[in-house]
Amino acid sequence: MVAAYALLEVRDLSKRFAGVCAVDGVSFAIGGGGVHAVIGPNGAGKTTLFNLITGFESPTAGEVRVDGRSVTGLPPHRLAALGVGRTFQTPQICADLTALENVMLGAHLRLRRNPLAAMLRPGDIARRDRALRDKAAEWLAFVGIAGSGDAPGRAMAYGDLKRLEIARALAAEPRLLCLDEPAAGLNQREAQDLDQLIRRIADSGITVMLVEHDMRLVMSLSQHVLVLNYGRKIAEGAPDEVDRDAEVLSAYLGTHV
Amino acid sequence: MLAEFLQFLFSGLTVGATYALAALGFTIVYNASNAINFAQGEFLMLGGMLAVFLLEIGLPAWIALPAAILLVAAVGVAVERLAIRPARDAEVVTLVIITLGVSLVLRGGVQLWRGTATHALPAFSGDAPIMVAGAALAPQSLWVIGVAAAAVALMWWFFERTRWGKAMLASASNRLAARLVGIRIEVVLMLSFALSAALGALGGIIVAPITLTSFDVGVMLGLKGFVAAVLGGLGSGLGAVAGGLLLGVLEAMAAGYVSSSYKDAVPFVVILFLLMFLPRGMFGAQAPERV
Amino acid sequence: MRLRSRRGGLAITGVVLAILPLLLPNAFWYDLPTRAAINAVVVIGLNLLIGYAGQISLGHAGFIGIGAYASAVLTGRLGWPPLAAMVAGALATALLALLVARPILRLRGHSLAMATLGLGIILSMIFTNESQWTGGPDGIVVQPFSVFGREVTGERQWYWLAAALLLVTLWAAGNLVDSPFGRAMRALHSAEPAARAVGVDPAGVKASIFVLSAVGASLMGSFTAHYVGFVTPQVASFLTSIELLTMVVVGGMASLAGSVVGAIVLTVLPQLLSRFEGAETAAFGLILVVTMIAMPRGLVPTLRERLGW
Repeated sequence: MVAAYALLEVRDLSKRFAGVCAVDGVSFAIGGGGVHAVIGPNGAGKTTLFNLITGFESPTAGEVRVDGRSVTGLPPHRLAALGVGRTFQTPQICADLTALENVMLGAHLRLRRNPLAAMLRPGDIARRDRALRDKAAEWLAFVGIAGSGDAPGRAMAYGDLKRLEIARALAAEPRLLCLDEPAAGLNQREAQDLDQLIRRIADSGITVMLVEHDMRLVMSLSQHVLVLNYGRKIAEGAPDEVDRDAEVLSAYLGTHV
Repeated sequence: MLAEFLQFLFSGLTVGATYALAALGFTIVYNASNAINFAQGEFLMLGGMLAVFLLEIGLPAWIALPAAILLVAAVGVAVERLAIRPARDAEVVTLVIITLGVSLVLRGGVQLWRGTATHALPAFSGDAPIMVAGAALAPQSLWVIGVAAAAVALMWWFFERTRWGKAMLASASNRLAARLVGIRIEVVLMLSFALSAALGALGGIIVAPITLTSFDVGVMLGLKGFVAAVLGGLGSGLGAVAGGLLLGVLEAMAAGYVSSSYKDAVPFVVILFLLMFLPRGMFGAQAPERV
Repeated sequence: MRLRSRRGGLAITGVVLAILPLLLPNAFWYDLPTRAAINAVVVIGLNLLIGYAGQISLGHAGFIGIGAYASAVLTGRLGWPPLAAMVAGALATALLALLVARPILRLRGHSLAMATLGLGIILSMIFTNESQWTGGPDGIVVQPFSVFGREVTGERQWYWLAAALLLVTLWAAGNLVDSPFGRAMRALHSAEPAARAVGVDPAGVKASIFVLSAVGASLMGSFTAHYVGFVTPQVASFLTSIELLTMVVVGGMASLAGSVVGAIVLTVLPQLLSRFEGAETAAFGLILVVTMIAMPRGLVPTLRERLGW
């Protein structure tokens, strides 16, 4: 059965910064699972696109729709409530919280957030927190860093921090997960582990959107690739179609093919 | 009517000139070190108090006043060396607190030294008021505005026309690049504190004959100078001066036409509204920090 | 902060508070611990805002003033029962804090410092100038504190009251820090994009903690007013705000134990120096500067790190 609306639809999305058009009239739609990649040379506007989709920046033109409803200009926390999650290029891990607590943060919207209740009725909150801790430990295991739960954020290795990022995003139980250069800074073995992890995530039913430079990862994982250059979409399709596209080649290689 | 208005205007410009000097001091330090020196007000206080002391021990005015300024400049350098430099890379909160601590040390120190009494400096050229369109203008006011204007002009010349001044501006906008072309940041920092302390001391001295001086005048003067700097757009020298004058005039007008007991609240009401609705100030030099 | 170490900390504090009177020769000595305990409550609230949530407040004493004067004026001039006056003060504070929270907490760094500073100073000027109500610079006498007809009198009773308040506050604050709200608050400090991406509304959380710590200050202002029996505009002065900030910073930001330690050290110290005019101020300043340079994270966190607790 085909859903009435795409999970994520982007129409003529544009973002200007004082004369530079970082994203220029991009349109596409994704939904129903799978891994979708956004690639392009440096400065092509990939991270800006992510920021626009996840609410960290507001577009100067165009729309973003989730499940057919316009979410253009909504702040990130509202998009999180609609099931859009993301990770960041530089891991945003709270150094003062333990790894487990960082993951528990991900479940924020499903918990009792009232500060007065927190202060005065600890029994209830403590009970939910205990259950959450177990779930969080599961997430840590899922991303491959089980057992580091009590380590404070500031004491973890870079590769582990990137996985922790993902664990936190997963704890929010998103329907669409946007990964911003998850392989940046990883060595080859770590990148292979990441490949496996992303497959597991996609298999669990989450639609994954990926900004990446690592071509091997992109080609092996994704069903659908978008190519950006100078803020514009220059190609879209299955990985092997895009691979041979002349314009894409010239964008990366800088020659006329 | 006109006479009254002019009266308020004169007293506003007078105290505004002092705020302008304080604000300029804040701006110079902020540009060089990204720190707000909450002890700036104490430099104004020190200028007045030291001038009083040096005159008391018999030095003639033409030695005492410049000596006081130089001494305060030295204090400024000491503050930079002992309190700011060790904490150079700290967070904003840390730097704010350090300079607050320095202001307490300076104020407490002067209180220990001279107690809580107020002191007066004699007016530079007598007290006989000059009548302008029915308003009485104290000659000292002219001194204040004139000397402040001269100081501001000197600063403009220094920053725009001399090598050291331009070096300081360069390191304000890009510290790494400045280092790479051979500008010594340590000297720039020291110089910025010395300059802002000297400006502050000057401001404190010229206004002391009118407002008297004591160990705690620095608090309000400093805070208002800071407000003036933010009003004009933190980081803009022109803005600092304009902000100071504007603030002084607003304060005097409020005191005259609205309520004199709340005149000291005017700068803070202004800044509160400004920050809540217009965080970039009049000249927009300070961009609101990005989310 | 795990539950076990929190319970341990509470137990130790409780024991110390219970034993302390046995060590004090007579009722005269209760004053310092009582003041330290009351200060500690305010400092805990302020630390939640500054240390955990990463904001700045240079005008917190203004909120103390609202509570203090609400209690003084409503009980003294209008004959209200003290509890009602205290609640009224807290409500007024909450209202003011709610009103200014969002516009002010949008700001960062120096701008935020300046805005909170301005607010505090405006409040302190109101207390100084509206002498018909507040008694002006000379202050106003405060009625004794009574709850449902029973008066709290004498140093001993006040000590137990303050001690109880401190324990309750430590308990509640510990609960808050270790809750979903607490995690969100702490994440906003150092990983705000991540927090926003998982659904935390930064403006809402910051406003909540601002209002909470303001109300805490107001309540303590009310208690102090009744305890001392007298209120002057000094309770709301810029200097008082700086003293509170010093307690947070020296004791340890984002540390409940640090808040208590900071309050104790900086309540006791001025008493020792009060003979030398100006020495108190200069000493406060020196402590601030030295601590920030040598131990930027404050006494308790630095000790914890060095001793591996």
